[in-house]
Amino acid sequence: MRAPPAVELINVEKRFGDTVAVHPTDLVIEQGEFFSLLGPSGCGKTTTLRMIAGFEQPTTGRILMTGQDVTGLPTHRRESNMVFQNYALFPHLSVFENVAFGLRVRRFDKKIIEGRVEATLAAVRLLGLAKRKPSQLSGGQQQRVALARALTLNPSVLLLDEPLGALDQKLRKEMQLELKRLQREVGITFIYVTHDQEEALTMSDRIAVMNGGRMLQVDDGATLYDRPSTRFVADFIGTSNFLTGRVTESAGDTTVIEVPFVGAVTATGLGPVAVGGDVTLMIRPERLRFGAPAPGDNSARGRVEDVVFVGNDILYLVAVDQTITLTVRGRNLGAEARTGISRGEDHQVSWPSDATTVVGA
Amino acid sequence: MTRGLLRWYYLLLLLLLYLPLGMLLLFSINEGTSLSFPLRGVTFDWYRSMFDNGQLLGAVGNSALVASGAATAATILGTCASLAITRFDFRGKGVFLLAALLPLVVPFIILGVSLLILFSALGVSRSLWTVAAGHTVVALPFAMLVMMARLVGFPRSVEEAARDLGASYFYTLRRVIVPMVAPAMLAAWLVAFTVSVDEFVIASFTVGRDPTLPVYIFGQLRFANRFPQVVALSTLTMLVSIGLVVLAERLRRSGPGEAKAA
Amino acid sequence: MDSRRSPARLALIAPPALYLFVFLAIPMGLMGLLSFRPALRGGIANFDWTPTLEHYRATFAEGGYTRLLWLSVGVALVVALITTALAYPVAYFLAFRAGRRAPLLLTLLIIPFWTSYLLRLIAWKIILGTNGAINSFFLWTGVIEEPVGLLLYSRTAVVVTLVYVWLPFVALPIYASLLRIDRSVLEAASDLGARPWQRLLRVTLPLSAPGVFAAYLMVFIPTVGEYVSPLLVGGSKGSLYGNIIEIFFGDGINWPRGSAMAMIMLAGVMALVLLIARLVNVRRIVEEP
Repeated sequence: MRAPPAVELINVEKRFGDTVAVHPTDLVIEQGEFFSLLGPSGCGKTTTLRMIAGFEQPTTGRILMTGQDVTGLPTHRRESNMVFQNYALFPHLSVFENVAFGLRVRRFDKKIIEGRVEATLAAVRLLGLAKRKPSQLSGGQQQRVALARALTLNPSVLLLDEPLGALDQKLRKEMQLELKRLQREVGITFIYVTHDQEEALTMSDRIAVMNGGRMLQVDDGATLYDRPSTRFVADFIGTSNFLTGRVTESAGDTTVIEVPFVGAVTATGLGPVAVGGDVTLMIRPERLRFGAPAPGDNSARGRVEDVVFVGNDILYLVAVDQTITLTVRGRNLGAEARTGISRGEDHQVSWPSDATTVVGA
Repeated sequence: MTRGLLRWYYLLLLLLLYLPLGMLLLFSINEGTSLSFPLRGVTFDWYRSMFDNGQLLGAVGNSALVASGAATAATILGTCASLAITRFDFRGKGVFLLAALLPLVVPFIILGVSLLILFSALGVSRSLWTVAAGHTVVALPFAMLVMMARLVGFPRSVEEAARDLGASYFYTLRRVIVPMVAPAMLAAWLVAFTVSVDEFVIASFTVGRDPTLPVYIFGQLRFANRFPQVVALSTLTMLVSIGLVVLAERLRRSGPGEAKAA
Repeated sequence: MDSRRSPARLALIAPPALYLFVFLAIPMGLMGLLSFRPALRGGIANFDWTPTLEHYRATFAEGGYTRLLWLSVGVALVVALITTALAYPVAYFLAFRAGRRAPLLLTLLIIPFWTSYLLRLIAWKIILGTNGAINSFFLWTGVIEEPVGLLLYSRTAVVVTLVYVWLPFVALPIYASLLRIDRSVLEAASDLGARPWQRLLRVTLPLSAPGVFAAYLMVFIPTVGEYVSPLLVGGSKGSLYGNIIEIFFGDGINWPRGSAMAMIMLAGVMALVLLIARLVNVRRIVEEP
């Protein structure tokens, strides 16, 4: 008997007056997953999270947690706990009391509270700071207190609302790996909201990409990256090259698209595509390389407009035509590798057919 | 559940607050000199006869004079003090602030009595001037609160730009700061005016031959037959006060450079 | 902040400082001086007298006014307590339930406070009197046979009228401190399982304590010296400490004694204010890292 999903959204919609914050959505999040809601500001990801937490009520639809309908249930009766963006620590309580809050509210025994709080504080490495007040802690420490506070209650679902937003780059990256490790150790379902695609890719098992109140695609990171379903998803996760053309052939695994100024472009691994229709193609910059195509590969010719050095990579902007510019990403493998391609030169650019993917509108 | 309960509580409290005021209104249009049920006829005689009562009108005039004087003094002094506090550092700033805001918490009887002693010692006979002097002291903190709130939200960069362009501080004050905070100054004036017009305790200790309105009203409380007239006037004053406060509130928030947070 | 000794700084601070010195500091000083003077003979400016503690002794002595002082303090404590307790739910309502209408509803609440203090006392006099609204209403409807005299002219009447007078004002500081509470902290409390009542007791109340405290003091301190409401609705049994002072400066002329009593009250108030000022400042220093 399969375990019920940790969280299930059934036709959930949220309106604020006339504005639709979240369009009718179905979603299934499995137990033990690290699941992220990813999207730009205002896309509805936080609203969705808050509906799961119980701070907002869906206008229509139902929310299930571990198989139980929690739609009308107030926040304090739900089995989920939240780590807030600004930590929301109780300013008048010490670190210990902050973490113990949920246990005290449930009238746990004093000894048990002590034991559990200390265990959680040890897990987030804050034991020595138990007596301090939140105002005496750094941002990173406050964040860990917020985490400890939510984890102490052993929730079935942990909700995280952009918890790393206020930290500096280096600390962020450290915390990302920490959280991932913690999640694996503890085994709790994490639902994580972020606008940073790299962060989502680093930590998540699956990601829901949202925009304008809709979930555009829900998949694991690799699938989202290689086979984005829409232009928006393609562009949001990593950089993209887009080409438009008409499908001339589609047989089995192979599709051929006629792209103006480029010629026939082959794409594999797509499945059947309607012939005669216009489509948008997407190729990731790192799949393009300079030089003649290998058998089965696609190619295009263009003039190198710009060479941009970004540290570990070099970006080449190649103008195939007035309207088509391809970005080629090459590794920076030393000074010698950098010569050979310079501005103003004409070069041929090639890519394998399985690197071509079709995206929706 | 509690949602509705709290709302009813608020409405109940509001009702209880306005009920006595409503009674006063009733009283002022009631025939007869005591508010008993069943009510007797409605009359506006009390309002009309108000204008025949020379003493009453005199007291109104006196209050207006005193309040104008005190409000003006309090606003000017208060603006100076607020500017000094929000823009400059100086020794004794804490003490000064404490002294200026003290009237907000000290029982007025102490202030009134001490002023009485002062005027006696100086040989100054009590008059509307002495009342105004006393009212300035109690209106000052109110004016300061209004001005400090406005000045704190004031963009320093404007002042600095003026200084950078070569203006002296006084020039900046006159041509830049004051015009921009003028609405708040007006608001402070109105608040100070309201405080003075209603003030009774200090007035009763510093008043001379000419009474202010509250002093006059208090004196008339013995005369039952003139009572409704007095109430009629007070009701009018109440409506005017309300109007002034609403106006003051509108003004306090306007003016360029104001952070729309309050 | 400008620390230079610019002429502007002096020009700005001198007038108000001077004014307060003349009309606040000096009068208090004179009053203090007078409190040690045996009797007011020969006018105030006369310095031919030896200081005495007689007036202070008399106030604290047996049959003196110590009892009345404590009574007045007690009345002030009770008035402040009742007013604050009644105002808290209103402030809570405005901060958390009133939504966009809050400023309007707050203004409606405050308006009575800006009407004449005397007027509001008179209103209660009318309502509570033997011939007044309450009595005549119940007589008229047949609930009682005779007018109830005790409504008016009692200490209870004083407390009731004072609560009425202060109530609109008290909600303000409580409302302000409730607004300042970070909403996400309240959400966190609910999220961690606190039921609404638990959240109120464990989070909302503690975090709004400064505002409540401020409100309490703003009513308590001025009320200690209250004498007008006893005059209007207190009758003979409702007199407070302030009334005695008023008498000594009025008909029962004894300025020195009245000054001594006023000084005692002032000393108490100042002690309290300085204590608060010290506590608040220390806290602010601790809060700023």
